Amino acid sequence: MAAIRRFLFYLPCLIFLLLVEPVHAAKISEISETHVGEQALRFFTFQDAALRYALIGSVLLGITCGLLGSFIVVRRMALMGDALSHAVLPGVALGFLWNMNKDPVAIFVGATLVGLLGSATVGLITNTTRLKEDSAIGMVLAAFFAVGICMVTMIQHLPKGNKSGVDKFLFGQAAAISEGDVRLMAIVTVLTILLIVVFYKEFLVTSFDAGFAKAAGFPTRLIHHGMMLLLAFAVVISLQAVGVVLVSAMLITPAAAAYLLTDRMNRMLWLSAFFGMAAGVLGSFLSFLSNNLPTGPFMVLACSTIFGLAFLFAPRHGVVARWLRQRSRSARIQRENTLKSLYHVLESRDFHGESVSTHELAEQRRETVEDARQQALQLQHHELVTLHDEGDAILFTPDGWQRACAMVRNHRLWELYLTNAAHFAADHVHEDAEKIEHVLGEEVVLQLEKRLQYANKDPHGRPIPSLHDVRQGARAESGPVELVGYGRED
Amino acid sequence: MLPWTQSAFSFGWIVVMGFLVTTACSLVGNYLILRRMALVGDAISHSVLPGLAVAFLLSQSRSSLVMFIGALCAGVLTTVIIEMIHKKTRVKQDSAIGIAFSTLFAIGVILISLFADKVDLDQDCVLYGEIAFVHLEPFATVGGIIMGPPSVVRMACITLLTILVIALFYKELLVSSFDSGLAASMGIRAPVVHYGLMAWLSVVVVSAFESAGAILVIAMLIIPGATASLLSTRLPTILFLSVIHAALSSILGVHLAIWLDCSMAGAMVVMAAALFCLAWVFSPTQGLLQRLMRSRDDFTQLNEIQTLKPHEPQFESLPTA
Repeated sequence: MAAIRRFLFYLPCLIFLLLVEPVHAAKISEISETHVGEQALRFFTFQDAALRYALIGSVLLGITCGLLGSFIVVRRMALMGDALSHAVLPGVALGFLWNMNKDPVAIFVGATLVGLLGSATVGLITNTTRLKEDSAIGMVLAAFFAVGICMVTMIQHLPKGNKSGVDKFLFGQAAAISEGDVRLMAIVTVLTILLIVVFYKEFLVTSFDAGFAKAAGFPTRLIHHGMMLLLAFAVVISLQAVGVVLVSAMLITPAAAAYLLTDRMNRMLWLSAFFGMAAGVLGSFLSFLSNNLPTGPFMVLACSTIFGLAFLFAPRHGVVARWLRQRSRSARIQRENTLKSLYHVLESRDFHGESVSTHELAEQRRETVEDARQQALQLQHHELVTLHDEGDAILFTPDGWQRACAMVRNHRLWELYLTNAAHFAADHVHEDAEKIEHVLGEEVVLQLEKRLQYANKDPHGRPIPSLHDVRQGARAESGPVELVGYGRED
Repeated sequence: MLPWTQSAFSFGWIVVMGFLVTTACSLVGNYLILRRMALVGDAISHSVLPGLAVAFLLSQSRSSLVMFIGALCAGVLTTVIIEMIHKKTRVKQDSAIGIAFSTLFAIGVILISLFADKVDLDQDCVLYGEIAFVHLEPFATVGGIIMGPPSVVRMACITLLTILVIALFYKELLVSSFDSGLAASMGIRAPVVHYGLMAWLSVVVVSAFESAGAILVIAMLIIPGATASLLSTRLPTILFLSVIHAALSSILGVHLAIWLDCSMAGAMVVMAAALFCLAWVFSPTQGLLQRLMRSRDDFTQLNEIQTLKPHEPQFESLPTA
């Protein structure tokens, strides 16, 4: 019910697109002046009807490709889009041969049928031979495309008929979009949105958990073929503007960019449709700036730029975010190791005296005094220690003490666990404990302690700080103390 | 009308060229199929285009060496981009391939159309290839001996080199394609083999590109190997069969192209696909026909067993779970 209501909400907007008024004007490709500024002005004032068609067409194909692309990207069928887009070429040629003209409907029907044949062939090859899916896709792509090329060259050698425009299907020319094309695109876009809204749950479940979908009684095969049909539609309406070779990019790239930005499918669909739309408009604008520039490559480049930005700067999955996360993690490990060394210094003195000198720290860590001073400053910056006597005396803050105790405790409990429960030799456990002490969670440590019957000596005979010891250092007024430090990143 | 009766001479060169291109591609392609990288070949053959364009714009010459370097860089760049996208983020490899090749190809097409008057490359020619004009080139002479059209001579060298490379590194390629663990224990470094293969793939692709077109290259990287792997399970046999397949499809393709008056490269691929379909249907071990017969045999056997069952005491005496 909600789905239908949502659809009714969008319907007026979509009907508006169907009612684009037909105005006869020169095609963009026939415009002679190529001054960049003037062209840009024309673009933004929407003077030409042909330009309006091109723009509306780009927007529509961006939306359709973005929506369907999201599904094929999460289904890992990205290259199926590639195969399908190459495979429709014979269909385009067949549609052209139908009445020797660029009749959008004939081309649409021919291309869709051949596209479906292509996707069925891929399925058949993978099911009946031991060839893997990638080989099957590559083979169908190349074989169908070659048939298409043979037919296109045959058409070009034919003596009569309006042959102009068949070669435009290879790289796309948005300027060649006609009123009929825009209608077809609008119908396909409406159909795609309608089907996705109505069958959202089915598409979602079959995309993410095919086994569950099958068990729950969803008609997975029907949904697969339905999706292939929609995909063929999307490819066919994009051919005119983007061209056979690059349609797959309009499917994959906006969706992949959206995939990096969100974890939720509905947001991914919105984002991906928006990216597709933006790339479509940008691509047709750039190719409009000068004569004879193909539209498809510019749209693809716009998509790739969006993807590149998402690749670098996506808040969670981007490369920069990952790098920063990694850096903060290694900085934390570094800090925790320094805290542990401070603890060791104090322990070697049987905890007489409260402050540790920089020299003692440097000696313990086998570093230069300058390095030790730097690390102490780092710790002070994070309020884990305080520095006195012009930075020479290092004093734990309660927080710092807690974390140092926790690290030592993790380390020694893990060593004990390895020797007692996993029967490692006592001299083989230090390296492993050195790594794991930084990632052990509080629950795990409590379990470990219980398993080891609250032992208080590690395999090397040194005392293991108990939970009580850890909490002792905390300020009394700070209320119930929580163990901090494990896994926390800042 | 058979082409040979018309002009055996010119079509002979086309067949030879087609055979050389398909042989080189199919030999490399076999390893791509084994490593499940069939579509990486597809990607590289698209993305050498910007390499060619940039090399041409920078050097202003069409010398083979510059083109080779440009294409080689573009090919290796493609693999690096693919690896980077799918290792660094959660985007899967198939999407990464799609993104990498389409971006590079788009850049190539834009460069060519921006500098159309300066670049002697044609985007349509890149796709279809101009294999039909091979025999029209002035013949190259090596040491005073007339050898043939220069692109054929160049391609022959590449094909021979490909055979040589495969013969030299046969063991390394074989082991690392089938068992990466064993390869590592034998001291074969996987990245070296991987990037070596990719680099050689780029060399083959670019040398085939100018004269044969991308479509022939993409198809011949996959179709001969796939056909051969339907007929045999042994790598040497597969390599041999794919060369046979290459020869057959180039001869038959030229006939088809003349009959239908269409693109030579396209027709060769169509014939290659037709040969694949033959193998698919009639393969003695895994063909469709064989599967059909086997399942019918199974079916009749099952029927027999079920008809016999009530009369066979031994079935009833079997312990039931």
